Amino acid sequence: MDLRPRSHPTYLAFVVHRVSGLLLALFLPLHFWVLGMAITGEARLEGFLRWADNPLVKAAETVLVVLLAAHLAGGLRVLALEFLGWRRRQKDLVAASAGIALLAGLIFLLNVG
Amino acid sequence: MSGASDRRRAPPQAGAAGADRPRAARSQTHLWVAQRVTAMVLAVAVAVHLVTIILAVRGGLSAGEILGRTRGSEAWLAFYCLFALAAGLHGAIGLRAIAAETLGLRGRGADLAWLAIGLLTAAFGIRAAIGLYA
Repeated sequence: MDLRPRSHPTYLAFVVHRVSGLLLALFLPLHFWVLGMAITGEARLEGFLRWADNPLVKAAETVLVVLLAAHLAGGLRVLALEFLGWRRRQKDLVAASAGIALLAGLIFLLNVG
Repeated sequence: MSGASDRRRAPPQAGAAGADRPRAARSQTHLWVAQRVTAMVLAVAVAVHLVTIILAVRGGLSAGEILGRTRGSEAWLAFYCLFALAAGLHGAIGLRAIAAETLGLRGRGADLAWLAIGLLTAAFGIRAAIGLYA
């Protein structure tokens, strides 16, 4: 029976890392396939980009940027734990990961507007 | 993606429990190394990708602007090919861990299927990278 506490920030970090990874892994083949189709000529790519100006697409892109930044920051935390032995200040690392993810989303939103 | 789960998994037992235990242990080690190596490549590639995205969307995206950056650039082609390969394999190894834990999908056949999915995903990415270059 798994008795580890689930209210700890590192458990939340694990869940965020797993869910973001799952969603990104499912999105990746679609992303590559659509890009491969769109990049068959400048006019076709331009048409795709104009379709992607839709606010709903922009909202989805913002979510993707946050997921990507969250998975990146969470992954760096795991690598730091495993290879550098950074086992102190776990909560600070989790908070920094969350901050990086939200900051990336905010900067994207400010630039895309 | 499989970091916490890999650490949690009990190490393979030696002995009469199964002839392919050593193979399974070797396979686990290879996957762990592959996931960490691809993670290190992706740490750099994703950071570059995020900065590029944020800079590119300023003032709106256009096909001319994107292709002007990537067409004929061997550096961007090499970057995107390596990025696609690392992402395809990293994603497939992560999905494999989730499928093993939640669906009990394990074994050599499943591993080969995940490898094929990872390489196929990477191939789609490399095709897109070539499209940006050519």
